[in-house]
Amino acid sequence: MTTTTTEHRQEYGHGDRYDRYEALTGLMELMSGDEKHGPAATSTLDALWVLYDRVLRVGPDRADDPGRDRFLLSKGHGPMAYYAVLAAKGFVPVDWLPGFGSYDSPLGHHPDRVLVPGAEIGSGSLGHGLPIAVGTALGLRAQGLHDPRVWVLVGDAELDEGSNHEAIAYAGPAGLDRLHTVVIDNSSASWARPGGIAARFEAAGWSAATVDGRDHEALYAAFTAPHPGLPRVIVAQVEPKDS
Amino acid sequence: MDTMRDRFAPVVSRLLDEDPRVAVVLAEIGMADFEEVRRRHPDRVINVGIREQLLVGAGAGLALTGLRPVVHTFASFLVERPFEQIKLDLGHQGLGAVLVSAAASFDWPAGGYTHMSPGDVAVLDTLDGWTVHVPGHPDEAETLLRHAVAADDDKMYVRLSTQSNDRALPVDGTRFLTVREGRAGVVVAVGPLLGPVLAATEGLDVTVLYATTVRPFDAVTLRHATEGASPDVVLVEPYLAGTSVSAVNDALVDVPHRVLGLGVGRRELRRYGLVEEHVAAHGLDARSLRERIDGFLGVRARV
Repeated sequence: MTTTTTEHRQEYGHGDRYDRYEALTGLMELMSGDEKHGPAATSTLDALWVLYDRVLRVGPDRADDPGRDRFLLSKGHGPMAYYAVLAAKGFVPVDWLPGFGSYDSPLGHHPDRVLVPGAEIGSGSLGHGLPIAVGTALGLRAQGLHDPRVWVLVGDAELDEGSNHEAIAYAGPAGLDRLHTVVIDNSSASWARPGGIAARFEAAGWSAATVDGRDHEALYAAFTAPHPGLPRVIVAQVEPKDS
Repeated sequence: MDTMRDRFAPVVSRLLDEDPRVAVVLAEIGMADFEEVRRRHPDRVINVGIREQLLVGAGAGLALTGLRPVVHTFASFLVERPFEQIKLDLGHQGLGAVLVSAAASFDWPAGGYTHMSPGDVAVLDTLDGWTVHVPGHPDEAETLLRHAVAADDDKMYVRLSTQSNDRALPVDGTRFLTVREGRAGVVVAVGPLLGPVLAATEGLDVTVLYATTVRPFDAVTLRHATEGASPDVVLVEPYLAGTSVSAVNDALVDVPHRVLGLGVGRRELRRYGLVEEHVAAHGLDARSLRERIDGFLGVRARV
C-alpha cells in the first residue's frame, strides 16, 4: 500500500467504508498514531483479513449464534491488526480505536473477551488458545453442532509452550476435523523446530499446509482446502520478526 | 464404608444421563469408572490423556459452548500444575466449571509428597469467585457434587478425601451447621475433621460449627456463634493451617477477637506410612487437638 497518512485521514473524514483491506492500515494508525507498526501487530494482518473477509461465518449480528464459526486469537500481544479487522467488520466502533490501551478503553494491549464484542477469548498469556479451542470443538460436537468450525491463531514462538503440545498431540488422534490452527510464522522462536512447524503437526496426525502469509489467494486456498477426519494447520510465513 | 471418590463416578454418571449440558473431562485418572457411561455419551465423557493443562483448557472450551464441564484428577494435578489455566481459561474468560479433586492433603501417604496437595484451597483462595466444598462424608460428597453441577455456570471446587466422619450431616452447600453450643469459644471444624474435633471438645464449653462449604465463608453463622460465645475462634482445617484465618478476621472485623488456625503444616513431612500417622504428625488427631484448643481457650472452656 502506498497511500499516505494524510489521504487515509481524508478518507475517514469523508465517511468511506472501512470494510476493505485498504482501510486496515488507517484503522491501525488510529490506535498508534503512527504509520509504522510493530512486527507483532502486522504479522497477523493478512491472515486475519482473509479469515474475516472470506472464510469465517461470523458477524456482529450473530455474536451469540450457536452455529457461528469460532475464531480464538491466542497470540494476544500486538492485537492492533485484530482490533482493526473487528472494527472494519463492524464488531467494535471505529471510535474506540484511538483510546487503545487507555484506562477507559475496552481495547487493551491484550484483548479481553468480556470487554471486546466479537472476541471469543481473552488472551495474552501464551499457550491458552489452542487447548481452549480443542474444548470448543469437543463442546460443539457433543451438542450435535457439526457445522461450525473452530479457528485459533497462534504465533510460531508460542508453540514452544507445552500446553500447545498437549493440544496438538490430542487433537490429531481425536480426529477433531472442525479444528483449524493458523500459525503465524515470523521466525520468532529462539529454538526452531527441526523439520519445521508443519512437520510437527503432521507427525501428530494433522493435515498441514505452509503458505506465504502475505498472499491472500494462497491463504484462502489453504484455509478452505478439505481435510476429512483431521484437524488442519496452516503455517503462514511472514517476514522474520527482526528483519 | 465407601469413600467420597467411590461416589464420584456413579453420581456424575447419573447427571450425564439426566442433563445434556453435563460433560466430564479426565486426564486418565478415574477413567475406568466412567467406561460404562462413556458408551452412552461418548462425546460427553472426554479423556485427554495425561495432559493437565489441556484438561482445564478443554474444560473451558466446553464451557464456552454452553456445556457444564466436570473436570477431575488428583488435587496436585488439578489445581497446582495447571493453575494458570484455572486463573485465565476459567476466571479471566468469565467461565465456570466444576473441578473435583481426589487425594486431598495426604490420602495416599505411601505415594509421597508428589501426590499430596495441602495447599489447594489456599491457592484457589488467590482467585475470585470460587465456591469450595469440602465434604466430610460420602453422602455429603454426593449432595455437594449435585449442588456444584447444578450451580449454573459458577466456578466450583469439590475436594474429595478418603478421610471421613462416621456419619453424614444435612449439608446444604452454603451454611455452616451448629453441632454443639457453648460459651467459651467457637471451634470451626472443616469436612472430615469434624469427628476428631467433636472428640477433642468433649466436655468443653464451646460451640462447634461444621463447615463443608468454606468459600464463600459463612460469616453470618460465625458472627452469630460469637455473639453467644466468646469471640475466640479455632479453625480446624484438613488442608494448610491458617487457610481461612483471613476469612475469620474479615467476618469479625469490628469485633475484638482471637483466632487460632489449625491444619496441615507447611513444612514437607517427607514421610510415607498411613493417613492416621500423618493426621497425628500434623497434630490433627483428637488428643493433639484437645491440647491445642485447651491451650488457646484456657480454663474458661472447661466445664
